[in-house]
Amino acid sequence: MMEYVQTLGNEVYKILFLLVPILVSVAMIVWLDRRVWGLVQKRKGPNVVGPFGLLQTLADALKYIFKEIIIPASANKVVFILAPIVTMTLALVAWAVIPMSEELVLSDINVGVLYLFAVSSLGVYGIIMGGWASNSKYPFLGAIRSAAQMVSYEVSIGIIIINVLLCVGSLNLKDIVLAQQELWFVIPLFPMFVIFFISALAETNRPPFDLPEAEAELVAGYQTEYSGMMYAMFWLGEYANILLMCAMGSILFLGGWLPIIDIYPINIIPAPVWMILKILFLFFLFALIKAIVPRYRYDQLMRLGWKIFLPFSLVYLVLTSSFLFYFDKLPKGNF
Amino acid sequence: MLAHSVFFYFFSVIAIFSSLMVITSRSTINSVFFLILDFISVGCLFIMVGAEFLGMIILIVYVGAVAVLFLFVVMMLNVAEQKQSWFIGKKSTHIPIGLIVSVLILLELLVVVGGWKYKSNLMSSSSLNFSDISNTHQLGLVMYTDYILFFQLAGVILLLSMIGAILLTFRQRKGVKKQSYLNQISRNPSSSIELRNVESNKGVKIDD
Repeated sequence: MMEYVQTLGNEVYKILFLLVPILVSVAMIVWLDRRVWGLVQKRKGPNVVGPFGLLQTLADALKYIFKEIIIPASANKVVFILAPIVTMTLALVAWAVIPMSEELVLSDINVGVLYLFAVSSLGVYGIIMGGWASNSKYPFLGAIRSAAQMVSYEVSIGIIIINVLLCVGSLNLKDIVLAQQELWFVIPLFPMFVIFFISALAETNRPPFDLPEAEAELVAGYQTEYSGMMYAMFWLGEYANILLMCAMGSILFLGGWLPIIDIYPINIIPAPVWMILKILFLFFLFALIKAIVPRYRYDQLMRLGWKIFLPFSLVYLVLTSSFLFYFDKLPKGNF
Repeated sequence: MLAHSVFFYFFSVIAIFSSLMVITSRSTINSVFFLILDFISVGCLFIMVGAEFLGMIILIVYVGAVAVLFLFVVMMLNVAEQKQSWFIGKKSTHIPIGLIVSVLILLELLVVVGGWKYKSNLMSSSSLNFSDISNTHQLGLVMYTDYILFFQLAGVILLLSMIGAILLTFRQRKGVKKQSYLNQISRNPSSSIELRNVESNKGVKIDD
């Protein structure tokens, strides 16, 4: 019995060691997002609370915690309260398989990519549940839009992941990174990287695809009826998802924790730092795009997903597999 | 082993409870939510058996896609009213069909479980080695060699049913204006602006 308690304590310690940095970095990333947005528009952005305004998000969080949580009288209470919890839990649970270096990973499972894909496809439930349980028309419309959008873009993300997996021959995230030691997949699969990036924008409901919360049409989409800490949880979940998508992009295409070139002065930088730098680079692009690209129209969004990205990534899949087959480069498994 | 059995009973109790709730709960939307819970716990049970690939596929396909569609249908249609008309109205053809289907599924389950009971070396007689290589590799090895015909046939059947569903709902309506992106982008002033001299007190007829 003592053994179990010890193992359990050990696991909880490891989970906290992963979760606390993620929550802190989500807070920092919100600051970075607003700061980049401000600088692009020649404003200063948040710069008052703490050094460079770094503590702005903490101040906001404190404000949310002390606000009253209002539950609409006609809402389905259980589902209404469950929705932000589901969103936030799913966004944090996915981080269990992300390897920060060869040793630094909470659970190194065989089907890591599938796990990430499954968890990100479950993310749609938080939104649908929140939109439906509010029992109000704007949240419902926003939720339906968002669900259709996320389901459509998952299809192309899936095919892009298959492209990468063909070059690796394993579903383990560690193997995917180690397969990029000679050449990052961003070079041979550059079109796929671009499509992955755009699909990740759509999957996380970021501008220019933030139609579920298009202010002019739907107030605040599925979040309209939420207030206080429950709204903050949606918001935290959204940013944790964005960070997750950045981590996924850097593992699949930018070589994860691998340094740019494996020569002396560069490769002494520890592996997790490289991973974090790559995630930050991708997030910087996310933030920049939020500031410079206008919002898409809904039919344009659907057309882009189904009529352009899906056929293109399917054709690229055929090209990749025929290239690998013709030059006999298909990965040989160890069986 | 203790932790393993604790988790097994945890997930299986949830699975059985939620599948009971699917058929007994009054509100249809709750049924769908319990169905999702059922799928998730069955996926977890698959992972506990060691079939991690199947577990993940259940999560992706059933929970991530199929159940979302169920939720959509239940939320958009007025299912409660439909249900009323099925059960209150006298000419209900759905109940006999449902009964036949469920009896068939029960019989199939009995055959499968009974086969297991009477041929207990079914698992060990397989040519596959279950310990060395990962689950995904095993599936790939079998699916693309021994069962390639069935695999491809299943794919073709799915594609056909998808095309059939699209054809059933496809309706050509007249008078619907469509936007062509090519035309919108390739517009220039000379093709879209026309200058005309308008006589006073007489309009100009513009054709669409």
